[in-house]
Amino acid sequence: MTGTKPARQKRSFRTVPLLAPSIFVLFLWMVVPLAMTLWFSAENYNLLSPGKNSFAGLGNYRDLLTSRALWIAMGNTLFLVGAVLVITLVFGTLLSVLLDSEFPGRGICRLLVVAPFFVMPTVSALIWKNMFMNPVFGVFAWITRSLGIGTIDFFSSMPLLAIVVIVAWEWTPFAVLILLPALQSLNREQKEAARLDGAGPIALFYHIELPHLRRPMAVVAMIEVIFFLSLFAEIYVTTGGGPGLASTNLAFLIFRDALLGWDVGRASAGGVFAIILANIVALFLMRVVGRGLEDMR
Amino acid sequence: MRPKWQARAALAMVGWLAALAMFFPILWMVLTSFKTEIAAVATPPVVFFKPTLENYRAVLERADYLAFARNSVAVSLGSTLLALALAIPAAYSMAFFPSRRTKDILLWMLSTKMLPAVGVLVPIYLLWRSLGLLDTIAGLIVMDSISVLPLVVWMLFSFFREVPPEILEASRMDGASQREEMTHILLPLCTPGIAATALLSMILCWNEAFWSLNLTTVRAATLTVFTASFSSPEGLFWAKLSAASTLAIAPILIFGWMSQRQLVRGLSFGAVK
Repeated sequence: MTGTKPARQKRSFRTVPLLAPSIFVLFLWMVVPLAMTLWFSAENYNLLSPGKNSFAGLGNYRDLLTSRALWIAMGNTLFLVGAVLVITLVFGTLLSVLLDSEFPGRGICRLLVVAPFFVMPTVSALIWKNMFMNPVFGVFAWITRSLGIGTIDFFSSMPLLAIVVIVAWEWTPFAVLILLPALQSLNREQKEAARLDGAGPIALFYHIELPHLRRPMAVVAMIEVIFFLSLFAEIYVTTGGGPGLASTNLAFLIFRDALLGWDVGRASAGGVFAIILANIVALFLMRVVGRGLEDMR
Repeated sequence: MRPKWQARAALAMVGWLAALAMFFPILWMVLTSFKTEIAAVATPPVVFFKPTLENYRAVLERADYLAFARNSVAVSLGSTLLALALAIPAAYSMAFFPSRRTKDILLWMLSTKMLPAVGVLVPIYLLWRSLGLLDTIAGLIVMDSISVLPLVVWMLFSFFREVPPEILEASRMDGASQREEMTHILLPLCTPGIAATALLSMILCWNEAFWSLNLTTVRAATLTVFTASFSSPEGLFWAKLSAASTLAIAPILIFGWMSQRQLVRGLSFGAVK
């Protein structure tokens, strides 16, 4: 806060009424559902048998922890987050470096590249499911048949990978959206100087561009992780979590327990696991962003 | 100079190939929306065909499509207005009257986004059921505005920080009240920033799927729910689905293209200036 001007410190107004509504709403949003989730998770509570609630203690947790479903879902969640994160960061960086160089029509190319980010997730999932990965009519089926490999039913033989492809396609543009302006803010003279010193494009990338991108990359990772931990629509539209549990993540498991199985107790226990997992990730990520706030001015 | 010229041509080619590859699925969907149903599922895929507007007519004639579209508009506008109404005073206060706790409050607000939606799906569903908010536009507006609120506060805060406090100080000397200061001085100064924030919020609410799919069924269902209903096997009307999808994404895609530069600032939390 070195650049703070004295005028900012003068508090001639009461700021509480200004801040209170937002804080109140967010506080309510944090505390009430969280408390309810914790409460339900310790109950035998099924919407199909109303009035038969009873205290379950840790029963729901024991059920979940000893069921294969939870561990499969946890594994799938982490795999989805990790795989898509790596793909979007790698391709996002490559595309940004490409679009940062000068060639005719790069403005249009930039628009084309960022477009998938603005497509609603249900639509993107359907585009891929129907028009590309459909084993009979899809473009991929046509390609593999023409190559004589036969057809691959992506959603039954490699459901998780198919979902990774869809989500990576949606979110690589987001990485470009953040990383490209970051690259463009890099001092041209610095790059020119490095080039005159004989640095090739690869050395330039490793020693100048990549270090400059570290902060924006951390921000991309943070936002993506927030969204990927709750990935839902893409699974809902394509595989429905299947075959079996092969593409069920934590979000989808809870949805299945709650709104398909009406088992509130078990779903709530699953919710607690989702919250714990998110908090472990968040703890690490908030530190990165907090550091960013330190030198914001 | 020759190798340089060749390198640039190669660069242009790679750039265009990559861009077209990324855009191809959208392009293919738009093309499919102008095909007949038979041409839409033809193998090998048909690239040259006589375009028809039949699918668009069929989609727009279905009364329910317009109802879904109206819900999407109502929900994204309503949520955005509600979020702005809550966030503008908060961002104003933190940007111009920061206290020791301002940084903590900002980080805490952001941390509420870390609470995964699925973790609280059950209580929200039950609460909404007992409050009669299930499958209502109001219920979805409340949910969506809460989920964009932290981002909206952050984005407005970063725009407000750029207004020199002396300008507000001067108006205060002239006897402007707190509200006058906000509405007559700050808001006009920050119109572009507020517009960008509103746009981001609209985009997020328009594309929001988790709460729409779980909290609405028919009456308040948005376009995300409508398109998701085509996931069942009997929804094999690809040309019509493509037409409906194209209509559903077009406004947001255009919004996004127009505002991408400002969006970056809001989304990057100060990592990109």
